Amino acid sequence: MKIGVVTFPGSLDDADARRAAAVAGAEAVALWHGDADLHGVDAVVLPGGFSYGDYLRAGAISRFAPVMETIIAKAGQGMPVLGICNGFQVLCESHLLPGALIKNDRRKFICKDQPLRIENNRTAWTSDYDANHEITIVLKNQDGSFVADEATLDRLEGEGRVVARYLDENPNGSYRDIAGITNERGNVVGLMPHPEHCVETLTGPSTDGLGFFTSVLKAVVAS
Amino acid sequence: MSTDTVSNATSTPDVEQPWAELGLKPDEYQRIRDILDRRPTSCELAMYSVMWSEHCSYKSSKVHLKRFGEIPQETPAGKMLAGIGENAGVIDIGEGYAVTFKVESHNHPSYVEPYQGAATGVGGIVRDIIAMGARPVAVMDPLRFGPLDAPDTKRVLPGIVSGVGGYGNSLGLPNIGGEVVFDPTYLGNPLVNALCIGVMRHEDLHLANATGVGNQMILYGAKTGGDGIGGVSVLASETFAEGGPTKRPAVQVGDPFMEKLLIECTLELFAANVVEGIQDLGGGGLSCATSELASAGDGGMRVSLDKVPLRDASLSPEEILMSESQERMMACVTPDNVEAFLKICAKWDVQADVIGEVTDTGRLEIDWHGERVVDVLPKTVAHDGPVYNRPYARPNWQDELQADGAEKLPRATTGAELRDTLLQLVASPNLCDKSWVTDQYDRYVLGNSVLSQPEDSGMIRVDETSGLGVAVSTDCNGRFAKLDPYIGAKLALAESYRNVATTGARPAAVTDCLNFGSPEDSGVMWQFTEAIRGLVDGCIELGIPVTGGNVSFYNQTGETPILPTPVVGVLGVIDDVTRRTPIGFTPEMEGHQLYLLGETEEELSGSEWANVVHGHLGGRPPAVDLAAEQQLADILINASRDGLIDAAHDVSDGGAAQALVESALRGGVGARVWAPDGLDPFLFLFAESAGRAIVAVPRTEEVRFTDMCTARRFPHAKIGVITGDTLDVQDQFEIPLAELRTAWTATLPSVLN
Repeated sequence: MKIGVVTFPGSLDDADARRAAAVAGAEAVALWHGDADLHGVDAVVLPGGFSYGDYLRAGAISRFAPVMETIIAKAGQGMPVLGICNGFQVLCESHLLPGALIKNDRRKFICKDQPLRIENNRTAWTSDYDANHEITIVLKNQDGSFVADEATLDRLEGEGRVVARYLDENPNGSYRDIAGITNERGNVVGLMPHPEHCVETLTGPSTDGLGFFTSVLKAVVAS
Repeated sequence: MSTDTVSNATSTPDVEQPWAELGLKPDEYQRIRDILDRRPTSCELAMYSVMWSEHCSYKSSKVHLKRFGEIPQETPAGKMLAGIGENAGVIDIGEGYAVTFKVESHNHPSYVEPYQGAATGVGGIVRDIIAMGARPVAVMDPLRFGPLDAPDTKRVLPGIVSGVGGYGNSLGLPNIGGEVVFDPTYLGNPLVNALCIGVMRHEDLHLANATGVGNQMILYGAKTGGDGIGGVSVLASETFAEGGPTKRPAVQVGDPFMEKLLIECTLELFAANVVEGIQDLGGGGLSCATSELASAGDGGMRVSLDKVPLRDASLSPEEILMSESQERMMACVTPDNVEAFLKICAKWDVQADVIGEVTDTGRLEIDWHGERVVDVLPKTVAHDGPVYNRPYARPNWQDELQADGAEKLPRATTGAELRDTLLQLVASPNLCDKSWVTDQYDRYVLGNSVLSQPEDSGMIRVDETSGLGVAVSTDCNGRFAKLDPYIGAKLALAESYRNVATTGARPAAVTDCLNFGSPEDSGVMWQFTEAIRGLVDGCIELGIPVTGGNVSFYNQTGETPILPTPVVGVLGVIDDVTRRTPIGFTPEMEGHQLYLLGETEEELSGSEWANVVHGHLGGRPPAVDLAAEQQLADILINASRDGLIDAAHDVSDGGAAQALVESALRGGVGARVWAPDGLDPFLFLFAESAGRAIVAVPRTEEVRFTDMCTARRFPHAKIGVITGDTLDVQDQFEIPLAELRTAWTATLPSVLN
């Protein structure tokens, strides 16, 4: 079972995502943005960072990378794809997920341990969590505020596609406290907080993030 | 426009040159003429003026910095593989790993343009670390500001913090510590010090030299622009006809995305083994890189300046030599590796151009469109700058200051008064919660941050399998240094050393950033020499060398210098990071016994209590006993290794009260405490005697722990137990943690939001 992690110019959490995949028991494969070949991976993580310096708009340039063409095609065929932070931004720019991510409402970079509720445990990346499981994982971003029009938000809520919601204080102004969403099929998930930083008690605030990576192992085996 | 060539300079000896505008003194200019045996070309004048500046030449500090060489160059962890004079010091930490670290200042640019000044401060120190061959693994930022409530602080602080964060976060480097200190003397002159830590395998060590005749000099990274030129525009305005560019901006502008590419690209170049020598371009730009690389080599260097890729085609050769455009590196590469080198740069979309080569002439020769504009011995530019023995004298106000001790000031006596004092201190700017600042820094990226602020030191895991790691702390109490710069510097060293040991790591090496006022003020110069004397004596006594650092002079507003601020960074090594000791009292530690290690004396001068309650600075700083600090460190390290303690916190600013509050709030559990026999409760809570720590001992380990302290004859006193959700000082007062947390956290947001 191989999980690929894409490195774009300016990706920062790629090594962390590979470590998390390995801790979960997968073989982590480094993928390069300029190489359209996915090298036989079963699932893909688009990691956090500031790809292309967030210039123009976060994720706006990376979505044109050769590797993204293949990922978009494979995602359409059901391959699990997780976009974390900047990866979430890339997924929105690629139209694999609806909505957009804009600057935090308090106009500052924020790094904190953030409580979340997993509201959809039927996706490829969340099946190891209980329904309405409350977890605390790292949140760190500059452009983390999820926005969409009312109709889209209603549709996401109605179809149960809000994967995770912020608990306590909304940290960045995201509409309806949304921290993560999924596509209709449940194989593509975008998440603003960082589960890959929460797989070891030694270096993270919890191990609550590991479930994303163990979930996808089961999803791949099952498919 | 005409180019001032070497032959032109020879034939026009009497041309008036703007040496004074470039900051050179008459004798310095004459010395350049003597060295060259002619007048310098305008390009040469540009190079000498920047390289002979205080910033690049250390002309006022050199004679004193030499003293660091008296410290034995072995560390308790292993050999020093590179020391002062290289881009950064490197020490062997075992298992085939080496670690490099250094702190530098970027004070003045950060006052002029807080965001970019701070951002490029981070960028510069990170390039120093990659130039050694290391992967940067963490940054820390000791910061100093004017009073929190001063209007200009609201301009400077948010900009500096977001600059540090904006740049470091974009590089993917965890920010694991530092300081945020407020004092009126920093109002017109904030301090932005930036520290970076890097890790490499021994075989990856690279040095800054250009050797091997025929080897190619490659400039790579960002294109060269007009930023950071400042003073040299006077040359440009001379060279260009009317209507040309005039003033260039003095502050550099950073592009962290380019720097991130530069990091990854450079590490891939090292891995491919295609780099002979390397240096980053920082202060002094190409003038510095070419002259230093050539001086450290075995031959000469020829450079075609017109091959330097430009962002702004109107730049003159003088400006290109002076430009401090960020995110640039220069490497020396053998001819058969050039293609591989350029290919790796292309992979990372990093511009790279061959601009010169190593020659056997022994000279640095620079051409501009085929005409020779520089022909010098590189050493005369890089190392033969003026050396000043500035006069220094103990200021006549020092005696009066020291006579005015804080011990005579009125103190709280009743329980209610002590309670009020504690709450007042906890909420004061220097002691309050700093997460308004640190939450703007990514502390998690790279996944190896074992400890980060507000822990006593930052700790990074180096090897995932063995658990080998390093810990770093930076400290300086400028108030103590003002009262006695010799003792103050030793206290800064002692505190940083103690903070590293408190987390369980063995201190191994020192970097320092010496921030002072004008060296032309004899009193400031005395503070500087005393601080160096303190650091040298202290390092010899502790057996740890200074591996590198930085001097920043002219930190003053008008005639008022900043508090002398010798920021000391200590790096320690820990065999197994899972054994680290955090500061927090957690629910698992309920019932653990609290011990205060070390002696508490009636030492209140320079304390936060004197500062906050009385607005007072006078007297003598706490005594420093480095032999006792070493004993304390041994106890803390052994106790961590043997599992005798589960939490530990050094006692310094704010005294034991502040340490207890921080540990309780960090872990969420309170404590019931009492003053040890014979110690006045006020002194127990607020005295700032050095050489102390509070530790949490499991009941099952209490006998072993106290036996260890007794065997070493180290003072230790039981002061309480971890329990409940209050800080209960027996027979005096009790404060709920919730009330403490409210007081502690409200201060910065209430002023800065």
